[in-house]
Amino acid sequence: MLIFDHSRPGRRAWAQSPESAPAADDLPADLLRRDAPRLPEASELDVVRHYTGLSRKNFSIDTQFYPLGSCTMKYNPRACNSLAMLPQFLARHPLADAETGQGFLACMFELQEMLKAVTGMAGVSLAPMAGAQGEFAGVAMIRAYHQSRGDAARREIIVPDAAHGTNPATAIMCGYQVREIPTDRQGNVDLEALRAAVGPQTAGLMLTNPSTLGVFEASIVEIQKIVHDAGGLTYYDGANLNAILGRVRPGDMGFDVIHMNLHKTFSTPHGGGGPGAGPVGVSERLLPYLPIPLVVEERGFHRWAEEADRPQSIGRMSAFGGNMGVLLRAYVYARMLGREGMHRVADYAALNANYLAAELRRAGFDLAFPQRRASHEFIVTLKRLKETTGVSAMDFAKRLLDYGFHAPTTYFPLLVPECLLIEPTETESKATLDAFVAAMVKVKDEAESEPERVKTAPHSLPVRRLDDVRAARELDLVWKG
Amino acid sequence: MPFIPHTDQDVAEMLASIGVPSIDALFDEIPAALKCGGLDEVPVGLTELPVTRLMQSRAAQDGFWSSFLGAGAYEHHIPAAIWQIVTRGEFYSAYTPYQAEASQGTLQLLYEYQSMMASLTGLEVSNASMYDGASALAEAILMAVRASKGSVRRVLLPATVHPRYRAVARAIVANQGIELAELPYCAERGHTLPEALDGQGEPAAALVIPQPNYFGVLEPVDALTDRAHARGMLAIAVVNPTSLALLKPPGQWGAGTQPQGADICVGEGQPLGVPLASGGPYFGFMTAKQALVRQMPGRIVGRTVDMDGQPGFALTLQAREQHIRRSKATSNICTNQGLLVTAATLYLSLLGPQGLKNVALACHDRTRALVERLTAIPGVERVFGSPFFHEAVLRLPASAAEVLRALRAQGILGGLALAGDYPELADCVLVCATETKTDDDLDDYAQKLARILSRRREAPPCAYKS
Repeated sequence: MLIFDHSRPGRRAWAQSPESAPAADDLPADLLRRDAPRLPEASELDVVRHYTGLSRKNFSIDTQFYPLGSCTMKYNPRACNSLAMLPQFLARHPLADAETGQGFLACMFELQEMLKAVTGMAGVSLAPMAGAQGEFAGVAMIRAYHQSRGDAARREIIVPDAAHGTNPATAIMCGYQVREIPTDRQGNVDLEALRAAVGPQTAGLMLTNPSTLGVFEASIVEIQKIVHDAGGLTYYDGANLNAILGRVRPGDMGFDVIHMNLHKTFSTPHGGGGPGAGPVGVSERLLPYLPIPLVVEERGFHRWAEEADRPQSIGRMSAFGGNMGVLLRAYVYARMLGREGMHRVADYAALNANYLAAELRRAGFDLAFPQRRASHEFIVTLKRLKETTGVSAMDFAKRLLDYGFHAPTTYFPLLVPECLLIEPTETESKATLDAFVAAMVKVKDEAESEPERVKTAPHSLPVRRLDDVRAARELDLVWKG
Repeated sequence: MPFIPHTDQDVAEMLASIGVPSIDALFDEIPAALKCGGLDEVPVGLTELPVTRLMQSRAAQDGFWSSFLGAGAYEHHIPAAIWQIVTRGEFYSAYTPYQAEASQGTLQLLYEYQSMMASLTGLEVSNASMYDGASALAEAILMAVRASKGSVRRVLLPATVHPRYRAVARAIVANQGIELAELPYCAERGHTLPEALDGQGEPAAALVIPQPNYFGVLEPVDALTDRAHARGMLAIAVVNPTSLALLKPPGQWGAGTQPQGADICVGEGQPLGVPLASGGPYFGFMTAKQALVRQMPGRIVGRTVDMDGQPGFALTLQAREQHIRRSKATSNICTNQGLLVTAATLYLSLLGPQGLKNVALACHDRTRALVERLTAIPGVERVFGSPFFHEAVLRLPASAAEVLRALRAQGILGGLALAGDYPELADCVLVCATETKTDDDLDDYAQKLARILSRRREAPPCAYKS
């Protein structure tokens, strides 16, 4: 039932809007609306009950284990939410003077400094509103750097084939061409291919480390040297920062620019697909190009540095400076973890991932890279199961939903056939991981004994498997009544 | 350990299962030379009580202000039910709805949101939202260039569009070699003149039309839309969603009984139930004509059926997106602003067509009342002689920056000085009053402003200097 089905002409949530107001008799008639928009006419209870009901049709971290590889679905502490929503923080207008926001700006400044420290970068801007926008800012800075040196020949960004789709899409948005390089059998960047790819046309390399294959690039020092020797810059995609937080810093690995996903590593909520936050960090040589605004401190006074202070900046990413409420949540999280807590993140994320990998392997699952150490995530391939039973990774994932577990990431990275990319995060207990292994074993047994049951899953959710082809062919994107 | 549930016994059993002696051993593939030392710059951890004290004291330091700032972010009443439901864990801590069967709540809500935004803007399709209004405009510009098959890399951008939207659009599209040509505004009327398009010799892919514009002034949207279409351009509307309960929706812009309408509409969704919060997170909305749907960036939800023929919802047209198309995607965007859209959907459902119209009328009434009170003060006058909605530009008989500072000292944020972005509008402020302002609030502002200005008349600052 849609909210529109609750609608009755003349019904209203009377307490929620002004009773009435004088007509706008000063506005010209030809600029006015003639027909009312088709919004629901419902009572407050109708609305509350409808959306509470919808919420219960969702999986979420608060209700289910989410071993979703590359997404870092860890617990979102409730204090981060309640403290970011203190009424004074919510009421402050974005264009209010810095004098009215010293408490808020101090939080932003300290967050900026903490992110610098944990990533080992020379400067950080909190401006990008999501990981993909952080990537955009990062590559735009690489471009600004080369342009400032009059080096117009650098037109290519190198991207490993295991990379997230946002990497090549971002390079194109920044006006670059994309050159893909292959991954070797161990899951590392193919160094020979990289050597062959670099040259005077190379603007930079975008790299995720640990990679989306869940392994640490063993030759990272060598990779840096190859790209830097060719005059290119290196970009660290922070998608997997949780794997190394407190263990090794992108700055120490020699990266020139990085983005972080605070909705992953710093536990801000995913919110059903946003808002995120994608701060960027840079090495010394890229400092002038950071996106505005940045928080600066002058004799204890905090303010936003804008274009006048930062004339070489790549510019603004949003009208009002960024996803401040998300940044506040990350700030509270960072203060609660503290420096000891930061060191523990990667430790326990790696412990959980390696434990889960060991137990699944013991239970008869095939790891894509059994000879490698898992980082904070790892890949199971169901290729053998598919061949013997016809059950695909997709079928398997859907059946896990019936057992109350969110599916791992499926069919990404594209390099491994029938893959499940599994990331437990540090906030899950051994008991939860054991229950997940038991469910995996149960689905595998079912795949072997009654494959049809798995192929037609899920069976116990609000809907059965959906017809995606019809969704795209017979577009129904808005309710027409 | 905060947020880590492991007991010593768990750790021991897990290490034994893995077959390593310690957690350190799990990092043996990382070259030893790279391992990071202490994080001395990060303070030691706090438990919930001290961190609560810290945040409460920071919030108290910022306090509450009587604010007459608008300029793209607006103070509205937010019904209590909204954020109580938005922060339910099932919405708050859910992931992007790729696993449709486990995300029907979020997906149905997005479909309802798309339906409401399409109707509100008078267009046929909507995406599931963008980061904010400014980045939505940048994406709309890229979309218009794609729709021209990439052949026309120039878009007309009036100076009456929010200066920060223009800055964001520049930062995002300039790398792709797209030129944003500025259109001047009429100094008397404060809006773009349709004739200004005639001076544009070179072709352009689109004309951006704000309504109301940055000054609160109503643009001649019908003439601008028709003139853009006559010159082969798309019309991109940038609107305030509250205003659409009252003003003609972009889908109906144009003269005559069968107007062509704007082709793409974007705007800032913040007024729909999202707190000001120093600037974000907000959300941008984007709607368009059906013919442009495959050029749209971002998530789109469609209604379909499951294998039993029952209705259900799923992300659709994913072949446009980066995780499928990689370097050929319509955009690199891979999120919407889910939680904010949840708030907006609840807001529009609670208010309904009449409630939203009442909010729009109340805002307009409050701003008119404010303008009336302030322009009754000697020397304060309206700058533009055109109809306005919800926001207006006033010229002060003194330095705007100084007057605003004096008001701030008395607890009032009196508006935004425009001189920084519009040098020709020195001494001008953009003021806004929404339904949250009472007559007492308006009187308080007017009285304090009158006192400040009269003191300055009696003792102008230069008198001190000489």
